[in-house]
Amino acid sequence: MARVVVDVMLKPEILDPQGQAILGACGRLGFEAVSEVRQGKRFEVEIDGEVGEDRLDDIRRLAETLLANPVIEDFELRVE
Amino acid sequence: MPEAAQADTVATAEATPDTPQPFAELGMADDEYARVREILGRRPTSAELAIYSVMWSEHCSYKSSKVHLRQFGEKAPENDALLVGIGENAGVVDVGDGYAVTFKIESHNHPSYVEPHQGAATGVGGIVRDILTMGARPVAVMDALRFGPADAPDTRRVLPGVVSGISFYGNCLGLPNIGGELGFGAGYAANPLVNALCMGIMKHEDIKLAQAPGPGNKVVLFGATTGPDGIGGASVLASASFDDESHAKRPSVQVGDPFLEKLLIECSLELFGKDLVVGIQDLGAAGVSCSTTELAAGGTGGMRVELDRVPLRDPRLAPEEILMSESQERMMAIVEPARLDEFMAVCAKWNILATEIGEVTDVTAEEAERGGRLVMTWNGETVVDLPPRTASDEGPVYERPYARPADQDGLQADDPSRLERPKTDDELREQVLRVLAAPGICDPTWVTEQYDRYVLGNTVLATPHDGGMIRLSDDTDRGVALATDGNGRYTRLDPYTGARAAYAEAFRNVAATGARPLAVTNCLNFGSPEDPGVMWQFAESVRGLADACGQLGTPVTGGNVSFYNQTGDTAIHPTPVIGVLGVIDDVNDRLRTAFGHDADGAAIFLLGETRAELGGSAWADVVHGHLGGLPPKVDLAAEAALAEVLADAAEYGVAAAAHDLSDGGLVAALAESSLRGNIGCAVELDDPFTDLFSESTARAIVVVRPDAESAFTELCTRHGVPAAAIGTVGGSSLTVRHPAGGFEIPLDDLRTAHASTFPGIFDAE
Amino acid sequence: MTARVGVVTFPGSLDDRDAARAVRIAGAEPVALWHGDADLKGVDAVILPGGFSYGDYLRCGAIARFAPIMAELVPPARSGELPVLGICNGFQILCESHLLPGALTRNRSLHFINRDQRLRIESAGTAWTNRYLPGQEILVVLKSGEGNYVAAPETLDELERSGRVVARYVGTAPNGSQRDIAGISNEHGNIVGLMPHPEHAVEELTGPSVDGLGFFTSLVARVTEASPAPAGTG
Repeated sequence: MARVVVDVMLKPEILDPQGQAILGACGRLGFEAVSEVRQGKRFEVEIDGEVGEDRLDDIRRLAETLLANPVIEDFELRVE
Repeated sequence: MPEAAQADTVATAEATPDTPQPFAELGMADDEYARVREILGRRPTSAELAIYSVMWSEHCSYKSSKVHLRQFGEKAPENDALLVGIGENAGVVDVGDGYAVTFKIESHNHPSYVEPHQGAATGVGGIVRDILTMGARPVAVMDALRFGPADAPDTRRVLPGVVSGISFYGNCLGLPNIGGELGFGAGYAANPLVNALCMGIMKHEDIKLAQAPGPGNKVVLFGATTGPDGIGGASVLASASFDDESHAKRPSVQVGDPFLEKLLIECSLELFGKDLVVGIQDLGAAGVSCSTTELAAGGTGGMRVELDRVPLRDPRLAPEEILMSESQERMMAIVEPARLDEFMAVCAKWNILATEIGEVTDVTAEEAERGGRLVMTWNGETVVDLPPRTASDEGPVYERPYARPADQDGLQADDPSRLERPKTDDELREQVLRVLAAPGICDPTWVTEQYDRYVLGNTVLATPHDGGMIRLSDDTDRGVALATDGNGRYTRLDPYTGARAAYAEAFRNVAATGARPLAVTNCLNFGSPEDPGVMWQFAESVRGLADACGQLGTPVTGGNVSFYNQTGDTAIHPTPVIGVLGVIDDVNDRLRTAFGHDADGAAIFLLGETRAELGGSAWADVVHGHLGGLPPKVDLAAEAALAEVLADAAEYGVAAAAHDLSDGGLVAALAESSLRGNIGCAVELDDPFTDLFSESTARAIVVVRPDAESAFTELCTRHGVPAAAIGTVGGSSLTVRHPAGGFEIPLDDLRTAHASTFPGIFDAE
Repeated sequence: MTARVGVVTFPGSLDDRDAARAVRIAGAEPVALWHGDADLKGVDAVILPGGFSYGDYLRCGAIARFAPIMAELVPPARSGELPVLGICNGFQILCESHLLPGALTRNRSLHFINRDQRLRIESAGTAWTNRYLPGQEILVVLKSGEGNYVAAPETLDELERSGRVVARYVGTAPNGSQRDIAGISNEHGNIVGLMPHPEHAVEELTGPSVDGLGFFTSLVARVTEASPAPAGTG
């Protein structure tokens, strides 16, 4: 068993109202040093067996076609 | 599985009679535990204790309220419309043309304080399943909400969370939210009220009941898997007041999945349509405990369940935890063996997990005498063997002591007549704007805009009209109207009158849509029944409501009691929320509250009698922070007469608009109708202060079509309803004239005052 | 000839019955299509209705895009042959399927918004808007939580240049949509995605107006005239 983690974030140029709302709360709660918050999604994909390059390519394709919308989102993946 | 070896079996229970059991932690009294031992003739197993503790909890057994609630049946009017009465998941009434409507309101107060979003969301989910269980397609929801002061810090946590929870769940289910209420008061700060109502429509022949007839029939659990959600939620969360530990209870809140519930609705309706179930029950507050005992009790009395077949989300759950889990979006069906494959195929089509977990069994005469026999096994060993009727129907019944609170006389003697009144037109004008901007009176759009009111395409009226109205289906003009009301301030001043006033207002709201009131549901929100003062409030409220329903011929079809809404010794204002359902033959006749532009120049009539009644009024509350005196008098004969006038006015098309008068009095009604239609009005009043702010009951304003004025006044005379032409629709301001002067408020100013309150509070950084 | 208009039901579709009603009121025949069937039943046009397909749990429309019915729908839609209207969740599905450019993200207010909304019809050249006048203002229902239309600036410029902005919010877009865009079309004008709900403005009794009916009568006109608009007229 191995786990591939896919982090999906809105592209920097896309407005992130959820992140903005959290940023506003940071100010109210006294976390003044916080200057920016972006909210994203984390997917934990469990894989049977070893994660080779081929398998990682599969997951990359999964991320491109389903987990992320490349129009508005970027993603990164890593093996844990 | 090592856990299985440790399961507390019936054999173990017999062998270890003296093992101490945590019945007190489960909310059970000493004598209740003793009674369980007596019923079983031994100590209960952990699983049996779980079943009795949830089934005998206040929430499920109504043990403190039962002796009073009986009046709803005893005083109920003869009514042919009632097809299914109190005791089933929800009452069902005949609304004509072969259609039946089921509706019910239920509280989810405590969970909504702990986790507002999920608490409110699962409140919607639960009441929708109750309605579905009757065999009906759910078609609309409503909510009655009460919060602490709108600008209190915790309200800024609780209110947006509750609203987003209702919005998330209801919108995702595709049920229009057609109205409800929103109230504020200091007592609700740590005890918000979240009362969710659902209405469903079916044909008479489609009514389903919670019963398990026919030995050999299969018991099928379908829907979500079972996890550790809300374990003990029903008995612990709903039976104990909040204290400093409330944060520790956070993990036991259930999480809702509206998408699964939507599939469950469509799946269940297809199962009903193909006649694949003989009995059905949703899994609510007491989960598998409740569904198995109630289905068995409603059938042969016998059932055998293999608990280890319940599909789990968390494999570590013990049998007693499975029995108490409140995981959402689950249903239990009784299915004939020959139809089981078909049943499973429908579930598969909707991607709904379904598992046969047991079967209905025969009982011997002796077992029947004891209350039936429900047996549950866990990996082959018996962990439950009890008479189900003792859990579901024969719970404890308490005659709690009650007494009129010591402060009641003083409260009633503190009449609002001592309060300073506005001395000039400027002061009056300023107070009008303050009342219209107050959180209980102001424009609720910030809240209601988050709810889908259009989906299903049959919404004829929705918020902000007096009541919601739904067309029964595309191919009929017949419709039903619904309204909920409750006024904690009135009920605090006089619970008997307050409950009647809440009923009268809901009745009037339905009448103001043009529908004829037919049946009643209620959600009774009170403090601790162990406090004799609270119990007196409860007893008086129930007596008031039962008398009122008897007098106007509208049966109570069901309801819900929520006790323990208090912090320390301080209870909320007693808040019975009353829902009234009405029928209209032709929805095209419905009356709207907005002054339409086609009504420009038309006369505004005030119907009913205005007295100097300001006890518990919005004016006394908002301007003086005062609560004292007596609530407005309730005259049900006058309400009935007013309802007749409104229904006739709708049917004969003589009214261009109608709005009931309640919270905030005449001025609130005029302002709302003008703002909604974006056209002003001018009225002439003799005593502007009293006329604008009094909350006398049995009143409404009606805009009458110019060619129909004499017909309308004749209609009022025939029904004995006082009617006075007080002004006209038109212009771009709210204008009040009186013998000594007058004042004017441009609509823009009125709108700013009325509509800025919530955005100012809840959109602020 | 009566136009036959398919309405697809996905798990979690909610306004499918409303779309079917609007089709019927417009004088066409609604045909129920099931997401799991790879069969368009020979319909003349398809509506992807509003709702929360698959709970919208991943992203709105992201999973519905892979339904068997979509595999049937995409080729004739992309070629300009099959008129398709995506309303709300349907618009999201069309974007996720790359039949329309851009994406729909959470409302700027973070709240679901249900209100009666004025729109200005910007393009009357599509299969679904030929019964409106360019510049005509209509009152329909907006009800969505993720209706904030976003696209790259060059995409937006291209949409404007080619007349593919079908409708805009009058006044400020309540959900924060770029350039106040409420609806767009593909280059053939056969595919339209619209965030507000015209199907809830087809009966005086239940809607804020009957202004939404034009989308459905436009389609009927387009089908009965049986002259598919040539490419580029969108």
